[in-house]
Amino acid sequence: MEIQTIKNNQTTKKATERISGSEAIVRCLIEEGTKIIYGYPGGAIMPVYDELFKFQDKIHHVLTRHEQGATHSAQGFARISGQVGVAIATSGPGATNLITGIADAQIDSTPMVCITGQVFSHLLGSDAFQETDIVGISTPVTKWNCQVTKASDIPAAIAKAFYIAKSGRPGPVLIDITKDAQLEEFDFSYEKCTQVRSYNPVPKTEIAAVEAAAKLINAAKKPLIVWGQGVILSEAEKQLIAVVEKAGIPAAWTILGASAIPTSHPLNVGMVGMHGNYAPNKLTNECDVLIAVGMRFDDRVTGTLATYAKQAKIIHFEIDPAEIDKNVKTDVAVLGDAKASLELLLPLLEEKKHTDWHQEFKDLYAIEYEKVIKDDLYPTKEGLTMGEVLKEINIQSKGNAAIVTDVGQHQMIACRYADFNITKSNITSGGLGTMGFGLPAAIGAKMAAPEREVVSISGDGGYQMTIQELGTIFQQKAAVKVVVLNNDFLGMVRQWQQLFFDKRYASTEMVNPNFVKIAEGYYIKAKKVTKREELAAAVKEMMESKEAYFLEVCVEKEGNVFPMIPTGASVSDIRLE
Amino acid sequence: MSTEKELFTVSIYTENNIGLLNRISAIFQRRHINIESLNISASEIDNVSRFTIVVNMIEVDVKKIIGQIEKQVEVIKAYYHTLDEVIYQISGLFKVKSELLFEEPQIQNIIKKSHARIVTVNKEFFVIEKSGRKEEIVELYEQLSVYGIMQYTRSGLIAVTKDEMRITELLETYNN
Repeated sequence: MEIQTIKNNQTTKKATERISGSEAIVRCLIEEGTKIIYGYPGGAIMPVYDELFKFQDKIHHVLTRHEQGATHSAQGFARISGQVGVAIATSGPGATNLITGIADAQIDSTPMVCITGQVFSHLLGSDAFQETDIVGISTPVTKWNCQVTKASDIPAAIAKAFYIAKSGRPGPVLIDITKDAQLEEFDFSYEKCTQVRSYNPVPKTEIAAVEAAAKLINAAKKPLIVWGQGVILSEAEKQLIAVVEKAGIPAAWTILGASAIPTSHPLNVGMVGMHGNYAPNKLTNECDVLIAVGMRFDDRVTGTLATYAKQAKIIHFEIDPAEIDKNVKTDVAVLGDAKASLELLLPLLEEKKHTDWHQEFKDLYAIEYEKVIKDDLYPTKEGLTMGEVLKEINIQSKGNAAIVTDVGQHQMIACRYADFNITKSNITSGGLGTMGFGLPAAIGAKMAAPEREVVSISGDGGYQMTIQELGTIFQQKAAVKVVVLNNDFLGMVRQWQQLFFDKRYASTEMVNPNFVKIAEGYYIKAKKVTKREELAAAVKEMMESKEAYFLEVCVEKEGNVFPMIPTGASVSDIRLE
Repeated sequence: MSTEKELFTVSIYTENNIGLLNRISAIFQRRHINIESLNISASEIDNVSRFTIVVNMIEVDVKKIIGQIEKQVEVIKAYYHTLDEVIYQISGLFKVKSELLFEEPQIQNIIKKSHARIVTVNKEFFVIEKSGRKEEIVELYEQLSVYGIMQYTRSGLIAVTKDEMRITELLETYNN
């Protein structure tokens, strides 16, 4: 494998020293600047753990309670820092337990390197103990993967893994290393990978395309920007704000784009998609030019494509050529890195205000406020709402916390109502919708950015999918604030059952344990809130805590998330109730 | 762009790596696209493999598939062509009992007329090879099957394009 890369490395060989493959793995990680890795030991990866023991002053290994937790922690680490997250596991079940996190990182474009141990190469294919074809299994959910059976191939493989994971449209990479390759000694030297000949991560931005885009935008009467995570991944936040402000364009975001422009920015008009805001969804079908920046027209964003923005010219700024025309036919495609493209675009734009057009957003917001937001944030009836919990968190965080969510109703409410002043602050499982993502991702985020306030918000369902990671919080003394919005239901599924299955609540009611006792069992300070008058003080106490804190809020059992675009409906047909 | 299904060749230049076939076939499988034929071989460039895949699809979907294939790290370039835009061949092998050659004089005529080639003959059997378009090979199969065929197999379609591929130039631009 990788004959070309290895040859290149040999021709420019630096001073070498003779070390084992397993030491090389750890040394390669150090060379790549890795300081924290998440994982779980086992037979086929033990030589690497032995080296991690020796290098523990340079690399901090976090023992999660399940390999899935290791991947989600690595993802949380990557999402808040923009750096590559690293997860490590043994062969067989250790490796297969990584798959959910890898699939999540693939669909949400998260840079992650996973290293798995594998049985001795002479046992490959013999159904040996804890042997599984992890390269075969992970192929459809990795950006790249490979198996290493010789120690001398390790440095080039890991260098390539980091380069591919981080460059272009990021994604997860898996390197499977046999135990004999870990034990074998070889002459080690390390060189970072800066190119792979068959791989063109950032297509060149064509100036003609940027000019065509500028022409459409300058002529537009009702332009609308929808930005996605591409803005965050290319660190184009400033450039996007400059474009938005100069051309006076209302800008909406996808769930993964949240926080790139502060919530309070006057041109930030909210979230698009199934549970997004009323105005940007409705007005998607009224705008004359739709400018998509680093987003991929996911079905949860577009509703039915047959009636999505048909009246508008579509401009698509995108790094991945495969996304162009995949779901929505574009009039102008601007390939390349969002930051570079927006920098080229800015000087070509005319200054505009579009005051009347903005008023349309304000008018629709007023309707949404009356019908939905008011009752979510300032409820008058009995029963706590998820929205008012978010409001209290906003008051305490002043919009500076990183919000890590799981999947379901609480996730939609958090994305709708959390205040964000700082980019890379909304960490959630968007594309895959992985329940159980939140708690371990919050651990990774907190460890990557210990100076930040990190609040994990989960529902009672998803929380119990990775609840064992409370052990990791305790062992690592990670000061994560853990909020569970408990309605004793798998709330989002129950909402669909109510709306589309005549209230047949099949297997969505949860008979829950004493969550406070469980947290206390892990020596984590814990509190449960059932009444509105207790909420503000409890959230304040949690946010002021210097160490980890668990807060259970018992919310109304059958609350629904609105607005909502039902599956198969048009963005215009977004329902407020 | 036509909205009718038709046969396309998908030609893919790749690094010669283990696992890439799996990665590429998964792209088709995931979208429930049946591969009509598949051939992988060396190409005109050292260490670069060439896949020739035949699919029956509408053009707009082939374009999307090409995007997904090119996205793979070890894929250098992928193209699609209609059968009119390529020069293609497939090959068929027929194993027939030797006694038929003597007992059924018609068989010799069939071989002659079809421009098939006898690859080997021994006491028990002989092997006929025929290259050409799929219909020609199927026709030969139908003619011979009347007399009984011991074994029959057909290769995947291989094709060269009428237009230039310029892979070497492309690799040079990647290297710079």
